[in-house]
Amino acid sequence: MNVWLEKQRHLIDFTLASLARRKTKNIGLLLAYTVLVFVLASLALFTQALRSEASFVLAGSPEVILQRMVAGRHDLIPPGYIEKIGRIRGVQKQEGRLWGYYYDPVVNANYTFMARPADEVATGSIMVGATLARARGLAAGNVISFRSYSGKLFAFKVAAVLSPDSELLSADLVLLSEADFRAFFEYPAGHYTDIALSVANPQEVRKVAEKLSASLPDSRPILREEVLRTYQSVFDWREGIMLTVLAGAILAFAILSWEKASGLSAEEKREIGILKAIGWETSDVIRMKMWEGLLISLTAFLLGFIAAYVHVFYFGAAVFEPVLKGWAVLYPRFALVPTVDGLQIATLFFFTVFPYTAAVLVPIWRAAITDPDSVMRA
Amino acid sequence: MRRPSTLAFVLLALLGLIFVLIFAHSWRLTATEQSRLQANRALVTQLGLTDLALFSESRYTRHPSQADLHSALQDHPGAFDHFPTGSLLSPPAHLTATHERLAGKTTSSD
Repeated sequence: MNVWLEKQRHLIDFTLASLARRKTKNIGLLLAYTVLVFVLASLALFTQALRSEASFVLAGSPEVILQRMVAGRHDLIPPGYIEKIGRIRGVQKQEGRLWGYYYDPVVNANYTFMARPADEVATGSIMVGATLARARGLAAGNVISFRSYSGKLFAFKVAAVLSPDSELLSADLVLLSEADFRAFFEYPAGHYTDIALSVANPQEVRKVAEKLSASLPDSRPILREEVLRTYQSVFDWREGIMLTVLAGAILAFAILSWEKASGLSAEEKREIGILKAIGWETSDVIRMKMWEGLLISLTAFLLGFIAAYVHVFYFGAAVFEPVLKGWAVLYPRFALVPTVDGLQIATLFFFTVFPYTAAVLVPIWRAAITDPDSVMRA
Repeated sequence: MRRPSTLAFVLLALLGLIFVLIFAHSWRLTATEQSRLQANRALVTQLGLTDLALFSESRYTRHPSQADLHSALQDHPGAFDHFPTGSLLSPPAHLTATHERLAGKTTSSD
């Protein structure tokens, strides 16, 4: 056993010395490989962490949201609608919600305005999300005015800025009293944006939704499980930019492996010829090259993965920020809770380390079984 | 003289150790992380929130779970998706799921 181990160590020594002779090329290769793993691992870690965070926090969202649809579009809930729901068995509580969007031309950002009961936000005051507060330079006690869609100017006192820890949920939120909300948007009295329902028995949610659809045919119930499913499939690898990034990375990796597999440099061939001429076995040459592939790919995988972990969980996935931001002005600063899916990382390992190690072996095997003299002369 | 393999082993062992520590770290939530998650879930319950504020550029990306199938095509039917986020975020699965095939299963004639 010791003899075998010592032999492998000598092979590794030789491999490293051989790699050091082509330092620039191999460092470049290692860097390209590491960046590839870094991008793929960052994507995997970010989406996984976002999914698990969303499914944890959104588990507290309303069991059923009831919207009214007119000509395929979301419309206001008219008076009397809520009373009709009250008669459906299983519905424990129903609450008309008031919320909407406001475009702020000062910073070109969209805000979400949401009405809250008077005991939470006093009339004339607002509570704002931390991202919005940063964009407008607001702090508790400041006064800010918004021009409503009807052209009137409304001044509000900032009662509080919501916790920066909740930016992922409340980045663009403006909470105001119901009276202020109705006055600002000139909402007709008795109308609501949608209705939040709570159902006592979780087993009955689907049945309640069916009853709602039957008794209010113009309504559209959205269940909590659908909200959660929306975020379970967010950033699915089969969609949009994920597929583009993955396809690009896989292509780059295929070119890298192909370059390795399609042939050896004249210098590498001569080296193999000399080794064979001085008595190395074909198996020794193959073993040496296997170590080379394994050392490079394993180092690149570990370096890329560690860098991706630091990037996603300590630098807020800054590389992805410009892409995720799109045309939005407000982008929350958030730290995701570290989550690593073992299977996902094992898949990444399998698809990056193994193909490269295997690709290295093919041309070496071809060169190693030919006559040393012809290899050296080629 | 120190052998190159020793150096490689030390480097790989160090990277491997960090890799294992990352797994261990991600399996144990710190008290701060736990309290932050709980506070955020409480905020969701209190305000009745339904979506993450990740994309605030348009209403169907700000609240993807509340958007209807036509909101991305708000200008006219078949209009191109206006916002870049539309290439990141597809409509929720429950909106695009196909209906069950009922041919031959209904009592009334088709």
